[in-house]
Amino acid sequence: MAFTDEQIERYSRHIILKEVGVKGQKKLLNAKVLIIGAGGLGSPAALYLAAAGVGTIGIADADEVDLSNLQRQVIHQTADLGKAKVISAKETMEAINPDVKVIPYRTFVSSENIEDLIKDHDFVIDGTDNFPAKFLINDACAMAGKPFSHGGIIRFQGQLMTYVPGESPCYRCVFKNPPPKDAVPTCKQAGVIGAMAGVIGCLQAMEAIKYILGKGDLLTGFLLTYNALTMEFRKIKLPKEVKNCPVCGENPTITELIDYELTECDGAI
Amino acid sequence: MADIAEIKTDAYVDITNIVCPVTFVKAKVAIEELKVGEVLKVHMNGGEPLQNVPRSMKEEGHRVLKLTENDDGTYDLIVEKGEE
Repeated sequence: MAFTDEQIERYSRHIILKEVGVKGQKKLLNAKVLIIGAGGLGSPAALYLAAAGVGTIGIADADEVDLSNLQRQVIHQTADLGKAKVISAKETMEAINPDVKVIPYRTFVSSENIEDLIKDHDFVIDGTDNFPAKFLINDACAMAGKPFSHGGIIRFQGQLMTYVPGESPCYRCVFKNPPPKDAVPTCKQAGVIGAMAGVIGCLQAMEAIKYILGKGDLLTGFLLTYNALTMEFRKIKLPKEVKNCPVCGENPTITELIDYELTECDGAI
Repeated sequence: MADIAEIKTDAYVDITNIVCPVTFVKAKVAIEELKVGEVLKVHMNGGEPLQNVPRSMKEEGHRVLKLTENDDGTYDLIVEKGEE
């Protein structure tokens, strides 16, 4: 596949980089990334991956665009109110870059569909807003040997970590189980500063791009936390392996996917 | 150094009709398509491309074999692809 003149110009700032070049840009164009959640985290991740020329982007979400989303879900516009988020996201991504094929999945992930959703993708971005989905994504990716980026945001705080099978601890190695109901407020209850979604979602896109290129060090074996009010980033070292992890440890006790109950107030990041 | 006519080239790219930074990008795209040791001829204008393209090629690890000025003020750069 040779680049057209238009592609050479579109991706010139990438191609000029030693770490990308023609080979790296072709890797991006041949890559398939699944973004779960077309909300706060998924929006910036999807925008940058589309602009970067990630050739196939799957995006999964069952929701419609709501007025309260627009403060942070920057892939949607006021004119998109009421539209399926995955369709609105697809339209924006394809308008930015016609090289990109966007596959919308208008569904929430569950133990029934997640294996099918992730299987054809090289990398998964967790842009969800609730613990049941986060644990489900982790377990499905660990079982299927699929790398993914976890991200989470609330108020003025954000965190992320990258999981690569066989190389780094998974989300469940760090957070054993979903917290008890009402122990952690959701974004709907607690609020979130819109730009936080941009910071963490962009970092997730960057991890996907580095994984595809095979360049640099991923955020594997670390949890990065960001506090916007104190302007502090902390990169917390995680144990190399957690032998008793119920999913990726030596004797896994979780061998089937679990649909944890979604509490009433979950949702809406 | 051998005359330009004596150096066998494997590929040719004309970057006289574009401007920085696409000049170098297009030359880089052309040389990345070659195998190590193969030779690319870059047809370019004086000024910015003349200043930047040979230097950037060297920075990327390629070997500039020859640079000649043509009668019309354009230049031909002969570069051998280096190791990656």
